[in-house]
Amino acid sequence: MPFVESLRCRECARTYPVEALHVCEYCFGPLEVAYDYEAIAASVSREKIAAGPPTIWRYADLLPAAFTSGDSAVDLGAGFTPLVRADRLAAELGLGELWLKNDTLNPTGSFKDRVVSVALTKARELGFKVAACASTGNLANSVAAHAARAGMQSFVFIPRDLEQAKVVTTAVYGGNLIAVEGNYDDVNRLCAELAYERPTWAFVNVNVRTYYAEGSKTLAFEVAEQLGWTAPDHVVVPVASGSQLTKIDKGFRELWQVGLLDEPPAVRISGAQAAGCSPVATAFAEGVDHIRPVKPHTIAKSLAIGNPADGPYALECVRESRGSFGSVTDDEIIEGIRLLARTEGIFAETAGGVTIATLARLAAQGVVRADERVVAYVTGLGLKTIEAVSSIVGPTHTIAPTLDAFNEAVGPDEEPA
Amino acid sequence: MTALVRVPTQLRSLSGGQGEVKVDGDTVGAVLAALDETHPGFRGRLFDDSGRLRRFVNVFVADEDVRFLQGLDTPVAEGQTVSIVPAVAGG
Repeated sequence: MPFVESLRCRECARTYPVEALHVCEYCFGPLEVAYDYEAIAASVSREKIAAGPPTIWRYADLLPAAFTSGDSAVDLGAGFTPLVRADRLAAELGLGELWLKNDTLNPTGSFKDRVVSVALTKARELGFKVAACASTGNLANSVAAHAARAGMQSFVFIPRDLEQAKVVTTAVYGGNLIAVEGNYDDVNRLCAELAYERPTWAFVNVNVRTYYAEGSKTLAFEVAEQLGWTAPDHVVVPVASGSQLTKIDKGFRELWQVGLLDEPPAVRISGAQAAGCSPVATAFAEGVDHIRPVKPHTIAKSLAIGNPADGPYALECVRESRGSFGSVTDDEIIEGIRLLARTEGIFAETAGGVTIATLARLAAQGVVRADERVVAYVTGLGLKTIEAVSSIVGPTHTIAPTLDAFNEAVGPDEEPA
Repeated sequence: MTALVRVPTQLRSLSGGQGEVKVDGDTVGAVLAALDETHPGFRGRLFDDSGRLRRFVNVFVADEDVRFLQGLDTPVAEGQTVSIVPAVAGG
């Protein structure tokens, strides 16, 4: 926080005070946190980070919320998730050095814990007592849990048709859970309007979105640190609102800016969307700048944002970095989930299936190459969307509790190949 | 036709602090033009130099995004609500 100078409109560069503001009053562009990078560079070091907590807060110098000790952040331990080498998956896809950022291992099972920890730490600092959000599920879990942790009241808004697990894993924390008759874009519109009727509430992805979004930079910080303070060549990132992708880009750039990398990053960034909700991938494929909103129809509900707020910027990042986009069918998503589970022992939710299926497709197209160091972001846990695979996988054998039955079903003992 | 326009916080300085304004008009374009006549300044904030809605402005008629309807030509019936909502939210 001492390093935050102001908020600045990404479109017209007007500046604003460091308050609960997310939109430029003049052009409606998104506000971004502006930092004093020279001061950060003087404060931050690899050693200082290494001595910090094994959470996103090890990068506090590069985050917009003030806190001086561990207990003043709204913190369930988000971040510093494993970056695992994925040789078996790489072999299947014909890739070389492939890594997976396993963000399924966050406190509530998705990357949203990163952004919520930052958002609510900032919200509390700004004096808010109520946490709220519009969510496709992962954010709902995270806001409800972090609000409980912080002793804040919560109001979480979700589309009524959300996966059962995401409903239960939000409701259990005891806050208000509002199921809205509509899709995510309807819920989001409602919350955007509610945010100005309830100005004493911190809607993490509306009025404190400027701070919230910064939490995703830690996805870049960690990957660089875990790769020995180098940036990868290519990352594959799921795209819903597009915020996460743009912040991963910003994260790598900032590391260079404050002197934490020895070489300027040249990270190609590719985006992953479901075919049933691919407004950004479609604009990329058509070579246009304008993103046409769509009505989502996909099993990847956590990515089902038909009107993505940061879509134009995500598109820009991907184009400028010479990355690409994939949009994959529901069948490919399910196959992606199974491929990841089968080869690497990681069970991802549908968004992870989108990422892996896109990685597979881009690898087959030669866009993601075997000579690149590749990182795929797996951002949510499979137990949240068990419906996606529950009718496809199950017991391989069902037997009576006898040795004979077992031997008959499975056959004689053989050494695995 | 009289429509009810819902004004976001960011534009309430133009509407004398009101969150809802009644104006006449039978399409979204006509409603927004009438809004600018009764409360000057809306046009410059909602539209870019080429006269298109700014990319970070969403307009809804009866809770449906006008980009799924007929854009600025979308009809507005008597008493319907036209909401102006900043696009930067969510995700």
